[in-house]
Amino acid sequence: MNDTKVIVGLGSCGIAAGANKTYQKIKELKGAENLDFELKQTSCVGMCYREPLVEIVDESGSYLYGDVDEDRAVDILDKHIGGGEPVKNYVVKSDLFDTGRDQEFLEGQVKIALRHCGHIDPESIDEYIAQEGYAALHKIAKENIPREDIINEVMESGIRGRGGGGFPTGKKWRFAYNYTSEEKYIICNADEGDPGAFMDRSLLEGDPHAVLEGMVIGGYAIGASQGVIYCRAEYPLAVKRLNLAIKQARERGYLGENAGGIQGFHFDIMVKEGAGAFVCGEETALIASVEGKRGMPRKRPPYPAELGLWNKPTNINNVETYANVPYIIHKGASEFSRYGSEKSKGTKVFALAGKVNHSGLVEVPMGMSIQDIIFELGGGIIGGKEFKAVQMGGPSGGCIPNYLADTLVDYDSVSATGAIMGSGGMVVMDETTCMVDVAKFFLNFTQEESCGKCTFCRMGTKRMLEILERITDGEGQEGDIEELEDLSRQIIDNSLCGLGQTAPNPVLTTIKYFRDEYEAHIRDRKCPAKVCKPLLTYTVDPEKCTGCLVCARKCPTGAISGEKKQVHVIDQELCIKCGDCYNRCNFDAIIVS
Amino acid sequence: MRIQRIPLPEQEAVQEESEELDLSVLDPLIDKYRNKKGNVIPLLQGAQQRLGYIPREAFEKISRETGLEKSQLYGVATFYAQFRLSPVGKNIIKVCHGTACHVQGAEDITDALEDSLKVKDGETTEDMIFTLESVACLGCCSLAPVMMIGEETYGKLTRDKAVKVIKNIRIREKQSNS
Ligand SMILES: Cc1cc2nc3c(=O)[nH]c(=O)nc-3n(C[C@H](O)[C@H](O)[C@H](O)COP(=O)(O)O)c2cc1C
Ligand code: FES
Repeated sequence: MNDTKVIVGLGSCGIAAGANKTYQKIKELKGAENLDFELKQTSCVGMCYREPLVEIVDESGSYLYGDVDEDRAVDILDKHIGGGEPVKNYVVKSDLFDTGRDQEFLEGQVKIALRHCGHIDPESIDEYIAQEGYAALHKIAKENIPREDIINEVMESGIRGRGGGGFPTGKKWRFAYNYTSEEKYIICNADEGDPGAFMDRSLLEGDPHAVLEGMVIGGYAIGASQGVIYCRAEYPLAVKRLNLAIKQARERGYLGENAGGIQGFHFDIMVKEGAGAFVCGEETALIASVEGKRGMPRKRPPYPAELGLWNKPTNINNVETYANVPYIIHKGASEFSRYGSEKSKGTKVFALAGKVNHSGLVEVPMGMSIQDIIFELGGGIIGGKEFKAVQMGGPSGGCIPNYLADTLVDYDSVSATGAIMGSGGMVVMDETTCMVDVAKFFLNFTQEESCGKCTFCRMGTKRMLEILERITDGEGQEGDIEELEDLSRQIIDNSLCGLGQTAPNPVLTTIKYFRDEYEAHIRDRKCPAKVCKPLLTYTVDPEKCTGCLVCARKCPTGAISGEKKQVHVIDQELCIKCGDCYNRCNFDAIIVS
Repeated sequence: MRIQRIPLPEQEAVQEESEELDLSVLDPLIDKYRNKKGNVIPLLQGAQQRLGYIPREAFEKISRETGLEKSQLYGVATFYAQFRLSPVGKNIIKVCHGTACHVQGAEDITDALEDSLKVKDGETTEDMIFTLESVACLGCCSLAPVMMIGEETYGKLTRDKAVKVIKNIRIREKQSNS
């Protein structure tokens, strides 16, 4: 028996790129040609830009193949499994030879939270256990570690909440521990609301048991009997794998009576699906939602540690926070805190997306520079365009301009720019992104997601959005920028929860760093990035136009006229600025100005 | 804040003719969640899963049989984006308008689909085959722009690619009908 393994990455991103088809094809071939290997699945290793990914492990070593569609799968199986010759130019990572840029993507990382993602089958508890899974829990049971010691260990590791706020986790646990109550709860916030971030999804899909183990340890430490995972409904695969993992953990005794073998500790976990409201990521709104109410935040204090779910002491942490906990307990706090900077310990997972070559998940020590993340790991900007800004922290965060690219990613340095560390979304923007449009995009989001409780958040965001709409429509007025700033201050001061308090950040940071772009829209009626359609004019470059008629045929309003082989003309009255002609012209003959 | 309204009685009359609602499918659901704490959202999610949307009669039945106030059910249903109060097409097209998709041209995708389906964002085609929706981030940002139809996610879209996907689905639907 040969022990060659073929492992296909079946995370949501891989599946979207066609990994299911690749998997089926390999399965088919294995049967048809009676090939001798074991076919397995894993989740995302973070190299989303190379999906679908297939790893082949044989006696010579491991080979991770990228962009494996069905055809390539046939080719690889034929040559590598059939002929015993790896197809080197498809390999993105191997322990035997250098693969250039793809290698840099993986080598610049330090994986703690993502330690198992892409390396184990997330639907197999045995594979998790084989990689030191549940070892932390075993250690607690075996050495009879007191609850205070666990809290101290977490405290000492210096880990701060990965959900955005950055509150020290050990301290939070101590609060919940200190309140005495028959019943306590522990909640995992898997609502991942930042539109443009997918760290938590990958973790839940790739290593659900790590999150469960973190919650069991937390539950034991604070004295809870029930855990709740509040997961976005848009993540069906994550929900499925979590439920499976919970079932397996119950069967093995990691959940239930004397959970994990800790005598007298009875603990179980259930999954609650969210119903689509960004504000439910806020902890008090989340609790209201679990209780089956409208997800409206309430005033704090009292904090959930005192009065949380069903009015009992409750601890809430983010998915990534919990995933780090087993590592900290098993390896010791110092092993974790040796990474990172003075006040931000450990590593952080970022979801790199937007106009960057290597979009995917990266986990780096805190304190790396934005420059290194985007250019070393991320492989630079798509098409060699100019890097303009990076958005961090989603709707609560801001845009950091290219000249601050040496900013280090830790809580304090990022906050100093006016953005926030947030949960780890990093959307890269290039010269073709309009910053006023980005600000409008976020305001549109927060305005829609405001729960409506506080007037300033409900109405203020609406007024700000109206101003931004008018600016991008070419009807901006002198004083609009000042009015935006004024409204921002009022919303920040008069909103109850983080949603309103941070909603103006995308506007304030873009005004701070890209004021000239606002002014160009307002004064010159120009969109320098050529995004805001009402401000653009489309004309034909007579030098380049070959008279091929492609644009004229496709123009939805018939605004383009011209004979074959004659220069075409766009009727500005009829033009609706859809940009279709620009996209379709093969000769770059449409000028946008 | 999103505001959705239960259709007015006269609008509803039209819909009822075309569709007989069988509310007995709700019975096991109601039995499962009656008197459980935190049951409102699972009840509504279950009702929508079984019926495709939550009709007025479903609110009435759930309220009658669980003792939950209609106002409470309605308040929750209108708060969350997930709940629909009117019928939807067989295939719901969720076009991602998250940050990554936005900067990579999600607007164009919705535009192209609006043109091709002849409906606006949020509407359903006359033949009830498609409903076009915008959502915030499907978590596949590295493949932006992205859309999701049923369980299937489509990435790295262009206008043409998106239109082709729905054309293929329409052909499949027509074939399975005939
Ligand atoms: C509007 C709003 C949305 C939030 N969304 C999330 C979210 O999606 N995921 C998350 O973990 N925390 C989110 N938070 C932060 C939570 O309120 C809370 O601080 C966090 O879950 C605590 O976990 P941590 O200490 O492990 O970071 C959000 C906060 C606000 C104000
Ligand atoms: S922004 Fe579209 S999938 Fe995340």
